[in-house]
Amino acid sequence: MSILINKDTKIIVQGLTGKTGTFHTEQALAYHGTQMVAGTHPSKGGSNWTGSSGETLPIFASVAEAKEATGATASVIYVPPAGAAAAIEEAIDAGIELITCITEGVPVQDMVRVKQKLDASPSRLIGPNCPGMMTPDECKIGIMPGSIFQKGSVGVLSRSGTLTYEAVFQTTRAGLGQTSAIGIGGDPVKGTEFIDILELFLADPDTKSIIMIGEIGGSAEEAAAQFLKDEAKRGRAKPTVGFIAGRTAPPGRTMGHAGAVISGGKGGAEDKIEAMRSAGIRVSPSPAKLGETLVELLG
Amino acid sequence: MNIHEYQAKGLLRDYGLPVSDGHVVLEAADAARAAGALAGPIWVVKAQIHAGGRGKGHFKEADAGEKGGVRITRSAEDAAAQATQMLGHTLVTHQTGPAGKQVNRIYIEDGSDIAKEFYLAVLVDRATSRVSFVVSTEGGMNIEDVAAETPEKIISFSIDPASGLSAFHGRRVAFALGLEGAQVKQCVDLVSRLYKLFLEKDCEMLEINPLVLTTSGTLKCLDAKLSFDGNAMYRHPDIAALRDETEEDAKELAASKFDLNYIALEGEIGCMVNGAGLAMATMDIIKLYGAEPANFLDVGGGATKEKVTEAFKIITSDPNVKGILVNIFGGIMRCDVIAEGVIAAVKEVGLQVPLVVRLEGTNVELGKDIIRNSGLNVIAGDNLADAAQKIVKAVKG
Repeated sequence: MSILINKDTKIIVQGLTGKTGTFHTEQALAYHGTQMVAGTHPSKGGSNWTGSSGETLPIFASVAEAKEATGATASVIYVPPAGAAAAIEEAIDAGIELITCITEGVPVQDMVRVKQKLDASPSRLIGPNCPGMMTPDECKIGIMPGSIFQKGSVGVLSRSGTLTYEAVFQTTRAGLGQTSAIGIGGDPVKGTEFIDILELFLADPDTKSIIMIGEIGGSAEEAAAQFLKDEAKRGRAKPTVGFIAGRTAPPGRTMGHAGAVISGGKGGAEDKIEAMRSAGIRVSPSPAKLGETLVELLG
Repeated sequence: MNIHEYQAKGLLRDYGLPVSDGHVVLEAADAARAAGALAGPIWVVKAQIHAGGRGKGHFKEADAGEKGGVRITRSAEDAAAQATQMLGHTLVTHQTGPAGKQVNRIYIEDGSDIAKEFYLAVLVDRATSRVSFVVSTEGGMNIEDVAAETPEKIISFSIDPASGLSAFHGRRVAFALGLEGAQVKQCVDLVSRLYKLFLEKDCEMLEINPLVLTTSGTLKCLDAKLSFDGNAMYRHPDIAALRDETEEDAKELAASKFDLNYIALEGEIGCMVNGAGLAMATMDIIKLYGAEPANFLDVGGGATKEKVTEAFKIITSDPNVKGILVNIFGGIMRCDVIAEGVIAAVKEVGLQVPLVVRLEGTNVELGKDIIRNSGLNVIAGDNLADAAQKIVKAVKG
């Protein structure tokens, strides 16, 4: 099994007609036939999108129409930052169950507004500013490189895109493979937090172990550690390896991700590592030893 | 994006918030006129740099005087003299680092008679995903110290974006600060104006420290620090125009022009990485193997050959760099593009220091071939650990 997405997931692409949307939709279609079923564009409804290998998808003027016509339950957003919040809101209103926003650079106050709407709806949002998610051999939403994945038993979740790839690559090398990999995104206000994904991985019978990659800024890692601690007391626990990026980052500077900043004495790497350790998470000393550390932990 | 105190106070004034009268001085010749335009009897002369702790700071140069970056004077002449003394000199505070920052602008404002000092900040709280107010009776101090020593003196609450700000939020601030009578009403008005400014201008952080109660019993914003969400600047050309590029590191400024995410650090190993998380982790692993990173550099997901070349030039322009580590895990980013960019840059600017390149992901074999066939002295890293060890060894011996 997997979490959130599988071979039956049907996906609408919001912003398919742009360069980024086109490239990644071609990649997704080529990845074990991920069911990308339609695209949307407000002024190109009724036309068709054609990929570089001749693939075609219908374009609808709105997400609601695309959903109605295709029965899609998921959408992925590649629209530029200024229109990203509106794209998410449109998907929420159309009743899309799983929305993934890849777009980087969405104004944080737009996300404050979106989050409000999201909390009052049944939709789930992954991102923004995230690499998306993968279920090996079944479904690829977003921009992760398919070639490094292997079907297996590790659940991978991360705030960082390229560190997700490291974890995936290293678990593939170690022969463990992945059930699913989810990049929740690097922004301070986002749709889904570590806890939400950890809950899904704990509940998934095929996920035998977890790699969780955090970074400096905020307190989501501490909250996640506390969650795992509480769940372990209830008898729900899986071997978990953790890593925190940004141990050497100077305070007060934003390190690329709008969320990665140590401010007000909070959000530092050492506190997060300590919180993870106290929850029984094995913290990898190096980003190059995620797979190795997990193999050791599994004995 | 940060702005100067005088610019922040200009915005506060535009929103009808209480601030002292004041004038900015850009050249020494303007100092007398700026000081003379204020009534006195007290003139406060404040160095304008993007760093805190100015009052407790000191100047590097002896002719800037022994006092810090905030000076109280009792005549317009002295105010002008102090402003002239500070201009062009280097102020060192606990936030500037030992190198300090050159003072190119001075703000001269009317002094205030202070009865009490408070702290007030507005920011986006990521735990609640809402705009939050943070207030404290302990104004004029470093809020981190207050949080560590007397956390019970900090009161914080968030605003529901659907219903917005109400008068009771303002009263909550007023009561937390121990205000009474007409002051409560003024506080409600002040809180509502600050919230409006915060939303309308896409602020990231709005900090009034101190917010003061004057001896005549009215509230005033004595100092103001505003920063803005860089991602929202496209819809605020007026705010974007306030950017002072002289406050920014020359390398960081050059990088921002090419949409590269670069932060200068103190170490000896230059890094070029794709993705912010991996870039931080690369800094961490360099440190783990016993060296220090010279920078944080995220070339982003969609970098072109030209962008990679620029990134390489910026790294090599840092005289502290004794070695370079390129670490790319290509998803969207193709390894062959990185390889071509690196080769083009080396051919253009030369290579005076050891270079280790680690490539993984999309088109990795093609990228490795390009490096191998270039004839350049590039050390290949087999994986992240191997690459980090190789560059540290090459630099440290």
